[in-house]
Amino acid sequence: MSTKMQTEATAAPSGKINGAHILVEALKAEGVEVIFGYPGGAVLTIYDALYDAGIRHVLTRHEQGAIHAAEGYARVTGKTGVVIATSGPGITNMITGLTDAMMDSLPLVVISGQVNTNVMGTDAFQEAPTVGITMPITKHNYQVTSTRDLPRIIKEAFHIAGTGRPGPVLIDIPKNITNELDTFEYPEKVFLRGYQPTVVPNRMQIQKIAEAIKEAKKPVILAGAGVLHARAHRELKAFVERVKIPVVNTLLGLGSFPGSHPLFLGMGGMHGTYAANMALYEADLIINFGARFDDRLTGNLEHFAKFAKVAHVDIDPAEIGKVVDTDIPVVGDAREALKMLLEEELVPGDTAEWLNHLEELKRNYPLWYKEDGKTLKPQRLMEIIYELTQGDAVITTDVGQHQMWAAQYYSFEEPHRWVTSGGLGTMGFGFPSAIGAQIGAPDKMVVAIVGDAGFQMTMQELAVLKDYNLPIKVVIVNNHALGMVRQWQELFYNQRYSESLIPNQPDYVKLAESYGIKGLTAQNEEEARKALTEAFSTPGAVLVDCRVTPFENVFPMVAPGKGIHEMEGVKP
Amino acid sequence: MRRVISVIVNDQMGVLNRITGLFLRRGFNIDSITVGKTEKPGLSRITIVVHVDDERTNEQILKQLHKQIDVIKVVDITNHPSVERELAMIKVLSPVQRRAELTNLIEPFRASIIDVSLESVTIQATGNPEKIEALIELLQPYGIKELVRTGVTAITRGSSEREREMRHKHESLSVL
Ligand SMILES: Cc1ncc(C[n+]2csc(CCOP(=O)(O)OP(=O)(O)O)c2C)c(N)n1
Repeated sequence: MSTKMQTEATAAPSGKINGAHILVEALKAEGVEVIFGYPGGAVLTIYDALYDAGIRHVLTRHEQGAIHAAEGYARVTGKTGVVIATSGPGITNMITGLTDAMMDSLPLVVISGQVNTNVMGTDAFQEAPTVGITMPITKHNYQVTSTRDLPRIIKEAFHIAGTGRPGPVLIDIPKNITNELDTFEYPEKVFLRGYQPTVVPNRMQIQKIAEAIKEAKKPVILAGAGVLHARAHRELKAFVERVKIPVVNTLLGLGSFPGSHPLFLGMGGMHGTYAANMALYEADLIINFGARFDDRLTGNLEHFAKFAKVAHVDIDPAEIGKVVDTDIPVVGDAREALKMLLEEELVPGDTAEWLNHLEELKRNYPLWYKEDGKTLKPQRLMEIIYELTQGDAVITTDVGQHQMWAAQYYSFEEPHRWVTSGGLGTMGFGFPSAIGAQIGAPDKMVVAIVGDAGFQMTMQELAVLKDYNLPIKVVIVNNHALGMVRQWQELFYNQRYSESLIPNQPDYVKLAESYGIKGLTAQNEEEARKALTEAFSTPGAVLVDCRVTPFENVFPMVAPGKGIHEMEGVKP
Repeated sequence: MRRVISVIVNDQMGVLNRITGLFLRRGFNIDSITVGKTEKPGLSRITIVVHVDDERTNEQILKQLHKQIDVIKVVDITNHPSVERELAMIKVLSPVQRRAELTNLIEPFRASIIDVSLESVTIQATGNPEKIEALIELLQPYGIKELVRTGVTAITRGSSEREREMRHKHESLSVL
């Protein structure tokens, strides 16, 4: 029956096309250049329409891979990532990615297939209650019930995903809707009464920040991913240089301010630098641009911003005052806020002593690790990757120790080069997100720095590298352990390594080769340098299995429950 | 503290789910929730009564509600001049010989008997929650067989929506 419908669709004399073609036309109207997805029964008509639509489609080997790839794409390009999954298991395989994108404010439009409307609610084959399941993990979602509504819904979905605080929007489309015929008219405008994000801040509030700067003796700026979403890195730098206030980045804010800048204190939070955390702790003024005061950043809230007046600029009013009392709330886009600030008369306060003090902390408490002259130190590995890529690569990571080491030792000078799962902390994110990152930034070197455990969660996507000739460099930081779990067991559970050691590993070189890409190993620093040099100068994809020092820990550290001023391991 | 929140929403499939889901997800406890159409086609009003521990939680509830795409307007009307009403139907054990007494008892509440059977009567009462509580307490000794309450719905007094909107805007400006 559907074959008949398609023939009708392409040949429709009335100018009518089927729902699937309407979807494809709408995606084209939105300028979509790539779709990440996986077909199945409920989306067959959509895939049929894609067959000769001229939109690039990347077939991953698991739906989770597709959605993480779309996240990576969104992170480096700032554009909305588009994903397709079939009904039932297809879309449930994307739940992790949806939640991840929701937590990290990544713009996605996710199209899920659904069973025919006449059997919805009957536990039909491959039926899942997608809209219900995804309601709390999407910025918004839609159940399409008529082909008529498709263009409006798609238009709204892209608008909602990409504006205000970005986030994933899901459109659940029953199969019969994709078969039914209608005319295609794409709306020019959206009208959503209930969705009018405040972009331009209130000037009075901006002036309050300018006032506070004048009076502050110990000011610090906290720059989060909101600066990157707003593309405000230039304005941030100009502002910082005018007011001479040091900058702390959140994990996801890395790259919003140049890592080598003299006013940069490093990353704050659980594995941040001592200088960054002490600055946040001792400050009398914290100006937060687009960070949400996540608990991994603040540590025990009782000790956070204890002495500080807090100014918080955020596009999402719900983030302001959510966990930290705010003295100067500013609702708006970080870039607009910074532009308005730059229009104010900005007079730095009496901060010479403060700047000296922080300079001293930076000098006296740099990040450290101990060389043993034998094993490959994971921190050293990060430094080598930085050196060989001249700090110019797009780096993606999984979650765990290697993620923290990458954040600590790879210095980001430019924005949109850092792709990591922050809020949800999703293992298995690093490698598939690199696929999207490479497609979004085809001329950049993309290095996926992954844990041996995390990589094994999504390594089936190795197949994609050959398919699309993606020259991604996969660096496995192999400590034969669920490293971060092992570290916590060492520190807080009497070294009872319950289910955290994985001595048996696949032969990653053979694995890579079986997927038609080059595989290399490294056991020490010299080998690592050699292997990475080779990998980075090879035109295609290369996997490098780096056997790093086992039982190495990430330091310094704010132990759970502690304040950010109570860091451990700040000195060798 | 008890808050009464009035929410105007698009009359869309699943919108109630979005609201209650949000309360679940953020760990806010709903005391009562009522929904109904408004004077404007396509819009419904949801009246939610919640108990919150502090002002921060209340502010979070309002902001999180506001963030929903299908939510058009959120007003905390607790401190606005407003009228709250709830309807209760109470089935009370009542032998025939005590019915006159019962009728007298509920009279001051302007409640009425809407159904009778051999051993029980059903009383209907409307009023603010305190009044309903008081009536229930009075009826307790008779033996309450069944009790249904609609939950609170509320409307602000006097001044027009528009005026209030302006005022609310002003208030929220001072917060944000
Ligand atoms: C999907 C998922 N499951 C479990 C966890 C909990 N967890 C956090 S870090 C970690 C260990 C990661 O090990 P590996 O990928 O080898 O990285 P390493 O910490 O050794 O660098 C685990 C299990 C998680 N973050 N994500």
